[in-house]
Amino acid sequence: MNPYEKLKATRKSDRPTSNAYIQEIFDSPLELHGDRRFSDDLAIVAGVGFLGKYPVTFIATEKGKPDLQDRMARNFGCPKPDGYRKALRLMKQAEKFHRPVICFVDTQGAFAGADAEERGQGQAIAESIMEMMGLKTPVISIVIGEGGSGGALALASANKVFILENAVYSVISPEGCASILWKEASPENVAKAAECLHITAQDMKNLGVAEAVIQEDFENFSDMCEMLKNKLIEAVEELIDFSEEDLLEQRYRRFRKFGVFEEEKKGFFRKK
Amino acid sequence: MGVLDKFKSKMDSLKNTYQKIDASVKITCKKCGYEAKAYDLIENFYICPECGNYYRMGARDRINLLTDKNSFKELYKGLTSKNFLEFPSYQDKLKKATSDTGEEDAVVCGTASIGENPCAIFVMDSKFMMASMGSVVGEKITRLFEYAIEYKLPVIGFTASGGARMQEGVISLMQMAKVSGAVKNHSNAGLLYITVLTDPTTGGVTASFAMQGDIILAEPKALVGFAGRRVVEQATKSQLPDNFQKAEFMLEHGFIDAIIPRPELSNVLSELLILHKRSV
Repeated sequence: MNPYEKLKATRKSDRPTSNAYIQEIFDSPLELHGDRRFSDDLAIVAGVGFLGKYPVTFIATEKGKPDLQDRMARNFGCPKPDGYRKALRLMKQAEKFHRPVICFVDTQGAFAGADAEERGQGQAIAESIMEMMGLKTPVISIVIGEGGSGGALALASANKVFILENAVYSVISPEGCASILWKEASPENVAKAAECLHITAQDMKNLGVAEAVIQEDFENFSDMCEMLKNKLIEAVEELIDFSEEDLLEQRYRRFRKFGVFEEEKKGFFRKK
Repeated sequence: MGVLDKFKSKMDSLKNTYQKIDASVKITCKKCGYEAKAYDLIENFYICPECGNYYRMGARDRINLLTDKNSFKELYKGLTSKNFLEFPSYQDKLKKATSDTGEEDAVVCGTASIGENPCAIFVMDSKFMMASMGSVVGEKITRLFEYAIEYKLPVIGFTASGGARMQEGVISLMQMAKVSGAVKNHSNAGLLYITVLTDPTTGGVTASFAMQGDIILAEPKALVGFAGRRVVEQATKSQLPDNFQKAEFMLEHGFIDAIIPRPELSNVLSELLILHKRSV
């Protein structure tokens, strides 16, 4: 598949969404609702459960079941500020009880409606990212479908990031990119944008944005989830022994390294 | 006269020449069509004398207007963007932006004093590729926060941006978390961060360091939002109010602390810096 085909594949309604992974991976998962401020955004599913022997908090963007009713109720997986505030509330709760946080990312992006703007979409994402960077408990994120821009990063400012082999992660939707740069989001332009933006799982591995690429096998979904579960347990076991300070340092260094630029070195004038 | 003083007086005379050239130029207000002499416009804080419309300001102009004379010392010069994804025509856009603005990228960072209060400052320049945030913007601002932690300085940030820079793909997105981590560390050190939102502050910058200030100020009528107005209109399928995503709208909905007219900014910032000084 080329990048555009991969993008389209992540949007197919029969592709497993977060809820399917949650049911397979965690033992006795209990969903917890609401942001305690305004509403319960169903585009975010979150709760507590066991990952093997470890109690964890899970947080996910959920696109909904194939039927339109459920998809609409979940706003097609595009969270509003209330969703990000629910996510943050439960991350803080996880921190309090020293539970690792496991995030599943599958969203076209944060919702771009008038109500979302009114209630501070930008502020909600900004706060989520900043608080995640300071969260004193391990955070592991998995991009299972679409990783759409800031709305995805708000659940992926993590110690480790995994991505499924045909999932995508991008700064802007290829449609948005094509319509800004080339005026029209025709299929050819979108395909070109998808290529130029470097959105595939392999790109993420090469750029260091993801630590591991997870093989897909939707035919044998249980087996695939078993493998993913083991991978998650492995990651939790690696991170759980970190001191709070080391955990924050590891996360900071993980993101600190991103950036490609030229630097002119002027020995005499050069400041630190 | 020491070498440094000579250098400074040279700079002053250069600045004068620059203003003399500008004095003959007339600039037309986009709102009311009034033709103002460039010099008068500078005197008037780049506000149209006729209709009060705020012009967008370049980073240097803003630093000159805001900070104490000769107090600004630039940090992290010499960082330039690289077309590492080989994105079509990115190199040309960078070249054009550099030749239009004289800047290396979309943010200018340094230390300065405002009303004799020292601070670290970054100013984004919307004239450079709409101040989109790529690696250079993220790196310079992150370094500035790290510097401010080391020297225990407050940070004042003037934001303006079309969002993350598409031409650097997901690495631009990562800058949001990178800068946010540095802001968080600065905040944990008990230090003050003030953001001043200027026209336009949108996308990934709104969704990260623009909204992370301890105190968030904005210029009157500045556009502040996450998604673009056109995108919101399509999603909402209805007419949006005129003041939608304006600073006044953000104030009304509780997302900024105050709207400060440009001529008063320097005083307000100075007062805030004094107010946050710890008594010794």
